[in-house]
Amino acid sequence: MGEEVKLIGARGSPFNCRVEIALKLKGVEYEFIEEDLANKSPLLLKYNPVHKKIPVLLHNGKPIAESLVILEYVDQTWEGASILPQHPYERAMARFWAKFIDDKCMSALWNACWSKGKEQEKAIEEANELLKLLENELKDKKFFGGDNIGLVDIVADFIAYWVGAIQEVTGAEVLTKEKFPKLFEWAREFINCSIVKEKLPPRDHLTGFFRIKLEAPDTLKYNPQVR
Amino acid sequence: MSGTRDLKLLGTKESLFTHRVVWALKLKGIEYEFIEVDLLNKSPLLLELNPVHKKVPVLVHAGKTICESLVILEYIDENWKDGYYPLLPQDPLAKAYARFWAKFVDEKFYQGATAAFFSTGENRAKGIESVAEALQVLEGEIQGKKFFGGETIGFLDIAVGWIAYWFQFVEEVGDFKVMNSTKYPSFDSWTKQFLQVSIIKENLPPPEAVRCVFVGFKNMAFQAKNAEN
Repeated sequence: MGEEVKLIGARGSPFNCRVEIALKLKGVEYEFIEEDLANKSPLLLKYNPVHKKIPVLLHNGKPIAESLVILEYVDQTWEGASILPQHPYERAMARFWAKFIDDKCMSALWNACWSKGKEQEKAIEEANELLKLLENELKDKKFFGGDNIGLVDIVADFIAYWVGAIQEVTGAEVLTKEKFPKLFEWAREFINCSIVKEKLPPRDHLTGFFRIKLEAPDTLKYNPQVR
Repeated sequence: MSGTRDLKLLGTKESLFTHRVVWALKLKGIEYEFIEVDLLNKSPLLLELNPVHKKVPVLVHAGKTICESLVILEYIDENWKDGYYPLLPQDPLAKAYARFWAKFVDEKFYQGATAAFFSTGENRAKGIESVAEALQVLEGEIQGKKFFGGETIGFLDIAVGWIAYWFQFVEEVGDFKVMNSTKYPSFDSWTKQFLQVSIIKENLPPPEAVRCVFVGFKNMAFQAKNAEN
C-alpha cells in the first residue's frame, strides 16, 4: 500500500506508550525510532520544532505531535477498534477526562509521589481529590471506555502503571487499594490487557530508572520532555 | 429540530472562553439560552454543572453538560455536522494541526499572558518572553493565509480569536506590550480580517466592560497577595 508510519519516541515514557497502544489497537505496522532525550536528534528537532518533545508520529513523512492529538489522528485515520466513542456527547466526555488527566493529574501525581514531609502531605491531599473524581467517573465500569479500553484508559496509563513503579521506589502511598479500590482494580485490568501488556516498558526498567532519579533530586521537578 | 430549544450556555458577557462557544453557535446558526453567571459568587447551578473546574463556559444540551471550551467546540461541530458551517476541517492531518495549534495557544500564549499580567519580576519577564515566542510561531503559521481555517474562519481562528480583541486590554491593564504590527505583520493582518467577520464583529463585549473585568482581576490578585503578607 506504500504507507509509511514511524514513531519517534522513548520507551520509558507514558506519553509514548499511549501512542504505541493506539497503533497496536488499530493493527498499524510502524517503525519505532528511539530518541535519546538527553541528546535530542536533528530528526526530532526537525519534526517537532515547537516543543522538541516525543512522541512524534510520522505518517507518510508528515509529522503529528502531542500525544492527545496523535491519538485522535490515529482513531480517525485507521480502521479497527475505536479509541473514541461514536456519539458526540460521549466523545466530549472522553475528551474532557483525557484533558483533565493531562492538565491536572500528571503533575499532581508526580509531585505526590516524589515530594517529602509537609509538602508531600499537601501534594497527596491534592492527588486524593483528583483520584476521587476519577474513581467516581469510573463507576462500575471495567474500563473508562466501558467493556473495552478507550481514550481515557490509554491516557491514564501513567496512573495505571508508572505511579505503582514510583511508589515502589519512594514508598509513597498515592494510589492504593484501600484508598481507591475501583481505580486500583481498573489499573490491574488495564495493565493485564494483552495489547497494553505488550507495549508497557518492563517494570524493572522503570524502577531502575526511578531509583536513579531518587539519587538526583534536582531532576525531580515535573518537567516532562515528553508530551 | 435538533433540540435547540433545550440548549443553554453558562458564561459571562466578558469572558474570552465563553465567546469561543458563542461564535461557534452563531456560525452554526443554532439558538440557545444564555445564562449569565457571577464568577465572584459562584452559583449553585455552576457548581452543580461544573464541579470539577467550577468555570465557564458550560454547555448544557438536553440536560447533558459539557465543559472546557475546546471540548465544547468539538461537540458542537460533531453534533451539528451535515448542512451546518464546518468548524474543523475534514482531513485528519489538517484536523490534527488545528488541534495542535489550539493547544499551543492555550498553553504557551495564554499561560505566558497570565504570568505577564499577574506576576512580577522574573516570572513576569518570562511570561512576556513566552508570549513573544508564541507570537513569532503564530506569525509563521498564518503567513500566506487569510485565516487559520483558510478562506473562512474555523476552529483555530475561534481558538486564537481572543488574542485579536481581549489581548490588547491584557496588555493595557497589565502594563506591558508585546503585540507589534511591524514585528508580526501577518498576524496583525489576520487580526484585522478576523474582527471584520460579521459574526465576530457582532459578538464582542464593549471595551469598557473588558477593561473593567481585567482591572477587577488585577485588584483581586493584589489584595490576595497583600492578605498573604
